[in-house]
Amino acid sequence: MMDITIGQFFPGKSIMHKIDPRLKICLTIFSIVLLFMAQNFLSLAVAVAFIFIGMLISKVPVKLYLKSIRAVIFIVVFTSLLNVFYGTGEPIAQFWVFKVTVNGILNSVFISTRIISLILASSVLTFTTSPTQLTDAIERLLKPLTYIKVPVHEFAMIMTIALRFVPLLLEETDKIMQAQKARGADMESGGMVQRIKAMIPVLIPLFVSAFRRAYDLATAMESRCYHGGEGRTKMKILKMQKSDFFVILLVLILLVVFLLSNRIFPPVFMM
Amino acid sequence: MIETKGLSYRYSVGTPFEKEAVKEVSIQIQTGEFVGLIGHTGSGKSTLIQLLNGLIKPTSGQILLDGKDIWAEPKKIRDVRFKVGMVFQYPEYQLFEETVLKDIMFGPKNMGLSDEEAKKRAEEAAAFTGLKPELLEKSPFELSGGEKRRAAIAGVIAMDPEVLILDEPTAGLDPRGRDVLLTQIRSYHQQRGNTVLLVSHSMEDVARMADRILVMNKGEAQLFDETKKVFSQAKSLEKAGLRVPQITKIMQQLHEMGLTVDPATLTVDDAVRQLLPILQQGGMQK
Repeated sequence: MMDITIGQFFPGKSIMHKIDPRLKICLTIFSIVLLFMAQNFLSLAVAVAFIFIGMLISKVPVKLYLKSIRAVIFIVVFTSLLNVFYGTGEPIAQFWVFKVTVNGILNSVFISTRIISLILASSVLTFTTSPTQLTDAIERLLKPLTYIKVPVHEFAMIMTIALRFVPLLLEETDKIMQAQKARGADMESGGMVQRIKAMIPVLIPLFVSAFRRAYDLATAMESRCYHGGEGRTKMKILKMQKSDFFVILLVLILLVVFLLSNRIFPPVFMM
Repeated sequence: MIETKGLSYRYSVGTPFEKEAVKEVSIQIQTGEFVGLIGHTGSGKSTLIQLLNGLIKPTSGQILLDGKDIWAEPKKIRDVRFKVGMVFQYPEYQLFEETVLKDIMFGPKNMGLSDEEAKKRAEEAAAFTGLKPELLEKSPFELSGGEKRRAAIAGVIAMDPEVLILDEPTAGLDPRGRDVLLTQIRSYHQQRGNTVLLVSHSMEDVARMADRILVMNKGEAQLFDETKKVFSQAKSLEKAGLRVPQITKIMQQLHEMGLTVDPATLTVDDAVRQLLPILQQGGMQK
């Protein structure tokens, strides 16, 4: 139950943890854009190296990154298999309707690298940024939308609450499951229907408690005069540090290298 | 008899949150004993009791129930949970059935009992916890807080466990509700003669109820002795972040001042019995 790695924050004091969360979001988006702009293996390598550096300086154990990849392993295998058989050019091996080409193999390696790096990049962000920092940064980044009457603050608040409630509800589920197991509820054996039925004693108390928590929270917020984002100040104001500008400079250099390497070699994909 | 040998448990092994919650605990609880379990927040009380009824598996060490290792056959762990009944903190949040009666019957039915037998047991259990019969046909969500608590406790008692573990059963109840519930737990213990393990923050409660007291501190079993002996070691208790009952403290001080009273007095009634004659003789004379 507690084994969900995607989207989990791992507290630490690395350089990655200290980078301004707004910048980190931008960097993550940037690295994903690079991944999709890469046309040959050299430029892909530059993009991947960029993400690897992020992973290294995050000081989060590699094991956890591997765990987060495990969640998408099926998609990776599936797409790379498809790509192997849909390549163009001379087949090097052939059986029945399937033919394997060099181009197909290259394509599938390219795509798998892309998907895995994508997951790694977003993991770097979520592993090193606490949910509060994350929503704070998103609120700040989306602020221009308030000019076209988008309730950005409210969205951010909803997100913060939702994120905050995930571990709470997990804990609650765990507790209720323990309590029902102590009364002899059997959740591990039986067929599909039986297992779904076995979840009822967990789900009903969970819903009841979720509603109770929601009411309590609403009352608590109102009694502290919460009235939306208007005129609301922040306790921790996000401010770019010198080191953040240094990071931006490094990234710009990287961008130049990337664009150059994209030019040097011909693209892998021949659509 | 329930016994632990070198019992240890670690949470979240392999992550930054790794923590050893229970360390090398070796204790023996005899059949029919009433044991109080006290300890500061985070002392490993809750983890220990979850280990005792097989909800979590020890990292190392053993739990022996009547001489048999409960994890010898992991597939039969459910039977252990029927023998070692567990009432969690705020148990009212586990209610889910349409009627109170059905909810109390959930445990007995899981044991494989027939509807009639389960119903009989549920009604008995409800009577034990002082739940009025007319409430049994109501939805559990219509009950008051105290009634919900009783219904949830009845749900565990209905399984007729050999060992009953109660984790802070009186938390959040008003003083009167607390007294009534504790009295009922005691009479249940006396009538059925089974083992009861009561986890509590209230020194007064455990002092009044328990034959022996287990003090947990930082995951270790610091003290495990007769109630009077435990509460005469005020220093050791303070080290564990606990204190002796207020009345015991007063009696200890009176004893130090030279009055002939028992420094390990545990209840107010007992204190009154000792102090009244002294007062009638003219109180303290210097």
